[in-house]
Amino acid sequence: MAGIKFEIMTSGSCENQFRYLKGLIMILVKDNRCDFCGTCVAVCPVDAIELREADIAILDNCIDCDICVWVCPIEVLYSDKEEEVKHD
Amino acid sequence: MIDFDVIVVGGGPAGTMAAHAAASGGAKTLILEKDRDIGYPVRCGEAVSDQGLRQFVEPQPEWIAATITKIRMRSPNNTAIDFESKMAGYVLHRRIFDYALANRASQAGAEIQTRAYVDGLVIENDTVKGVKYQYMGENRTLSAKLVIAADGVESRVGRMAGLRTATKLYDMESAYQATVGNIDIDQEMIDFYIGENWAPGGYLWVFPKGNRMANIGLGVVGTKAKDYNSHDLIHNFIKTYYPKATMLTSVCGGVPVAQTLKHITANGIMLTGDAARMVNPVSGGGIISGMHAGKIAGEVSIEALKTGDYSTNGLEAYPRRWRKAGGKNHEALHRISDSIKDITDDQLNKIAAKLEKVPQKDRSLLKIFTTVATQKPKILLDVTRAFTGF
Repeated sequence: MAGIKFEIMTSGSCENQFRYLKGLIMILVKDNRCDFCGTCVAVCPVDAIELREADIAILDNCIDCDICVWVCPIEVLYSDKEEEVKHD
Repeated sequence: MIDFDVIVVGGGPAGTMAAHAAASGGAKTLILEKDRDIGYPVRCGEAVSDQGLRQFVEPQPEWIAATITKIRMRSPNNTAIDFESKMAGYVLHRRIFDYALANRASQAGAEIQTRAYVDGLVIENDTVKGVKYQYMGENRTLSAKLVIAADGVESRVGRMAGLRTATKLYDMESAYQATVGNIDIDQEMIDFYIGENWAPGGYLWVFPKGNRMANIGLGVVGTKAKDYNSHDLIHNFIKTYYPKATMLTSVCGGVPVAQTLKHITANGIMLTGDAARMVNPVSGGGIISGMHAGKIAGEVSIEALKTGDYSTNGLEAYPRRWRKAGGKNHEALHRISDSIKDITDDQLNKIAAKLEKVPQKDRSLLKIFTTVATQKPKILLDVTRAFTGF
């Protein structure tokens, strides 16, 4: 679980961390692996992904629909739901 | 005091064509590019037709990695069907090509700023009046009479202006490409692998890049990307078919194979290229359509500057002229791509088996489509429309 906490620290805002701690929804980013191609940004229905050349952030209005996770060509995005399944 | 007449967001072919047209018409023009370099990273297979390119610029030898005279299509069971191509095409060095287009825009008078990440728009009275951006950690704002959004697949600038740019998963190809060295292929031939086993809901390509190099890539349709990872598929393909190849670069990216957005203008803003979803939905090619639409957007901006009307109404010539130039054809291609998505591997193998018996010189595009049509009658109508121009 330590890894997940670290990723929240680096890829989400304070409010998003709060939402995560309350057991609310969240998509996470594997650090240092994103190629910044923008495909997830293009399919996000609520414009909740912000991408700069060296930084990708999932914003607070994420609705956890997972389609960015599916479309990512290199599986850098993942859902905390999947992570919990793995840990169980 | 307004800082610029036209601010173009994005320094790809669509953006630099738009900036060139605007600056040539006398507009004070600025291009903002988020990356450190124009033309890099190259998220593109880099193939263009000679005819398409020549509409806008004279092809220069330094842009060209390979000249294409032959096309090969492979069915799911790897039956190869060769076509002689009457029209030559090229595999470009996008890195050099994009630089040349940017240089061309700058020589027409456009300014360029790289490392400039646009993160907001200035909107007053429901009209775009400028851009907010970050440059080396500093927040900046510039005002403009018109903004042209050529920000590629992400298309966030359009969203900031209130346009719906989000693309459906089934209209997005999740793609991965490796540029490899030490590969022995015909350097005059582009090679397509079509079928679920190669690339579910997309295709795999091997494009020569000169000097025993090639771009090897594939796209998986977004709805199947959950189960098929383009990165793994391409690595397995290279390992199996070109085990001696070495990987020089790899990039991933999304190819929007969607219909062009319903609205490509709003008050004070025009969307162009991938950002407006102008990629050819059958081939996935977006260089030529982006250049074409960018040029039109630049020209329309000059007309708008004369009238002073930057509203959606004042910009109505842009969608109208785009539709006439390429949009109508694009709509037909999107219908064809929808039908092609339903063709099964079994049907593709049957088509290939039939085409194999047709002598190579008789293998015209029309012949392919009539063969396809006997397997999939319902697409005949669209194909006929596409070829007869309605």
